[in-house]
Amino acid sequence: MDIKRIDQIIDKYEGDASALIQVLLEIQSENHWLPKEAIERVSVKLEVPLSRIQHIATFYKAFSLVPRGRHEVHICMGTACHVRGATRVLDTVQDLTGIKPGESDLDLKFSLETVNCLGCCALGPVMEVDGKTHGKMSPAETSDVLKSYE
Amino acid sequence: MAQLNSPEELEKFRQKVVSKRDPNTPCISICAGAGCLASGASEVIAAFKAQIEKEGLKTDVVDTKETGCPGFCERGPIVVIYPEEICYLQVSPEDVPEIISQTIKEKKIVDRLLYVDPNTGEKATHESDIPFYNNQKRNIIGNNIHIDPKKIDDYLALGGYSALDKVLSGMTSEEVVEEVKKSNLRGRGGGGFPAGRKWEGSRNAPDEPKYVIVNADEGDPGAFMDRALLEGNPHSILEGLIIGGYAIGSHEGYIYVRQEYPLAVENVNIAIQQAEAYGFLGQNILGSGFDFKITVHQGAGAFVCGESTALMTALEGRAGEPRPKYIRSNIKGLWEKPSVLNNVETWANVPLIINKGADWFTQFGTEGSKGTKIFSLVGKITNTGLVEVPMGITLKDIIYKIGGGIPGGKRFKAVQTGGPSGGCIPEDLLDLEVGFDELTKAGSMMGSGGMIVMDEDTCMVDVARYFINFLTDESCGKCVPCREGLRQMLKILTNITEGKGKTGDIELLEDLSEVAGEASLCALGTSAPNPFLSTVRYFRDEYEAHINEKRCPALSCKELISYHIDPDKCQACMICFRKCPVDAIDGAKKKIHIIDQETCTKCGTCFEVCPSRFSAVQKISGEPVPAPIPEDARTIVKKSKEK
Repeated sequence: MDIKRIDQIIDKYEGDASALIQVLLEIQSENHWLPKEAIERVSVKLEVPLSRIQHIATFYKAFSLVPRGRHEVHICMGTACHVRGATRVLDTVQDLTGIKPGESDLDLKFSLETVNCLGCCALGPVMEVDGKTHGKMSPAETSDVLKSYE
Repeated sequence: MAQLNSPEELEKFRQKVVSKRDPNTPCISICAGAGCLASGASEVIAAFKAQIEKEGLKTDVVDTKETGCPGFCERGPIVVIYPEEICYLQVSPEDVPEIISQTIKEKKIVDRLLYVDPNTGEKATHESDIPFYNNQKRNIIGNNIHIDPKKIDDYLALGGYSALDKVLSGMTSEEVVEEVKKSNLRGRGGGGFPAGRKWEGSRNAPDEPKYVIVNADEGDPGAFMDRALLEGNPHSILEGLIIGGYAIGSHEGYIYVRQEYPLAVENVNIAIQQAEAYGFLGQNILGSGFDFKITVHQGAGAFVCGESTALMTALEGRAGEPRPKYIRSNIKGLWEKPSVLNNVETWANVPLIINKGADWFTQFGTEGSKGTKIFSLVGKITNTGLVEVPMGITLKDIIYKIGGGIPGGKRFKAVQTGGPSGGCIPEDLLDLEVGFDELTKAGSMMGSGGMIVMDEDTCMVDVARYFINFLTDESCGKCVPCREGLRQMLKILTNITEGKGKTGDIELLEDLSEVAGEASLCALGTSAPNPFLSTVRYFRDEYEAHINEKRCPALSCKELISYHIDPDKCQACMICFRKCPVDAIDGAKKKIHIIDQETCTKCGTCFEVCPSRFSAVQKISGEPVPAPIPEDARTIVKKSKEK
């Protein structure tokens, strides 16, 4: 990621160290992961030790310290989706992509995560790809949806 | 838009907004909440806009509005047409031309889009005729359907920011705190601590500056009422927060909202910009001399950050771990300064209490719990959605009158309230009145308002395991009783569901629960054993069946069940034979099918596909699978031929 762009994000928060999480979230959302250079830059500019950034980047689920795929697949494992068969959807995605939650495939097409509740319980089980919600998923529909992504 | 610098200017502007709106102009309101968007509302909205343009209809003939969530997520996308308030459910883009030509132009109703009562078969034209709605008391969420959350004028037209005006122009901060105290408003996030007392503590604390915080880190799985409010009516929360700031002498507010709710983040940011432009935020609000600003902080995904002290730590830009509460956070909170943190729904109640008075508010509810509460009713229930009811209503009324009961003719087993750290309430307690103290007495809790209904197919040991697994994953790891205790509890519960339970496991779990409950640092740990404690309290027989007989009474735990084809019922139709993904079924035409137990992966496909008129595939638990019938008995001879 471009150092200039990182500086722009940091400047938006006026170099305020308490905005650390917000800065990291913006970098994560633009770049899909937190490269080492970005973290080092944030550390210098916000005057926060690298160890603390590492702590935060591993504590919160939104951050990734390894490259992510172009398409982020989120499978809701909330209670309502759980009782309606979310495990079968997750199994299908794992079979098709060959990756487990928290991983990305080799050509960086998909990353897979489980999430706790997306709040569309009427539509459970729910799968979200790049922020678009797909509801009432069956294993067959799950594979149709995944195939529609390049 | 110029700033409104005085109460008079606000009233004049409000008049102008209202006068521009003709209540008789047809308006098509489409729910644009996350639930309806997920079921295709954006396509419906686009179709309406395209159709209106195609037919050349001007805004004085028909208007459209993208509103917040009215709660009936089960039947989304929802469209309401004003002024008649005709309510259409599950609308698709293909229905749009007909709605325009019939309802808007001809004033006729499109029958097939109306709600049909599943019991009586009667159709309901208006929202208020649908039992899901008319058994509710929708003080807070009811406005969602009237407001485009991206337009502040919609909120103003409904009297928005008049409570702020009332407070700034005529009430001292003591009077505001007193009014909230008198209303006995208790925190809607789970703890149920009286908001007025929390505010008073902060008001009286000597330190400066002070902070007010909205907790919108709604992490409970199966709960989305805060999201619906933030997405659907963000200004009501801003107004509540500004009033709270005025009451305790704070000039800075924070909204901590989880990034998993992108639409809520977007709408609340737009709302803040608009409120700043109108002068409801910033310097010298409405000419009163009171300054206030709001910052939005996005959560980065950690359930424990819903805990008040962890949330404040996260706001400071650190890993959200809780701290001991020797001193309450309303005295020393964010940056060690007095901080009032309340849940979204609590803040949304504040403008109502100020406008209508504490006496109005206390007419709803029970002795200990006043007002209304929004629950998200999900799971094995006919009408999934958000319901707002007065405190004191019985669980039975919520589940059967509003929720429409259990689908598929199944039997109700339990309702889980209070999120992961809540508990399960069995059928014989369904007459329980909903309130903070009542639910705690029954071994569960109010929590933020998730209500997950379970039927006879749900195994209560598995439910306890599911929640303990969730909490183990979300435990921040700072204190040992929570980090290690939950891990051990999860191991034992997993063993039980896998048929490896031992005598004494229940007692060991009870011991671990006691330690975690007593010694954990924050509420996540102290309440974490609740899913186990409440299920063992009401469903101990299920635990014992798992441990002693290796039997799962709900026939749900995979390791403890087997699938078997009843030779007397099997008609050798070949459906399960073809569908089995691992070829574990042996059979042929007119040859009774048999499942090879060694090959079977217990995926349940045969059970699902066996035609219900045969119901030959059975689940067996706790007893050996009957030996396959002898080969020569497997040929089916049609009964007609026998005779």
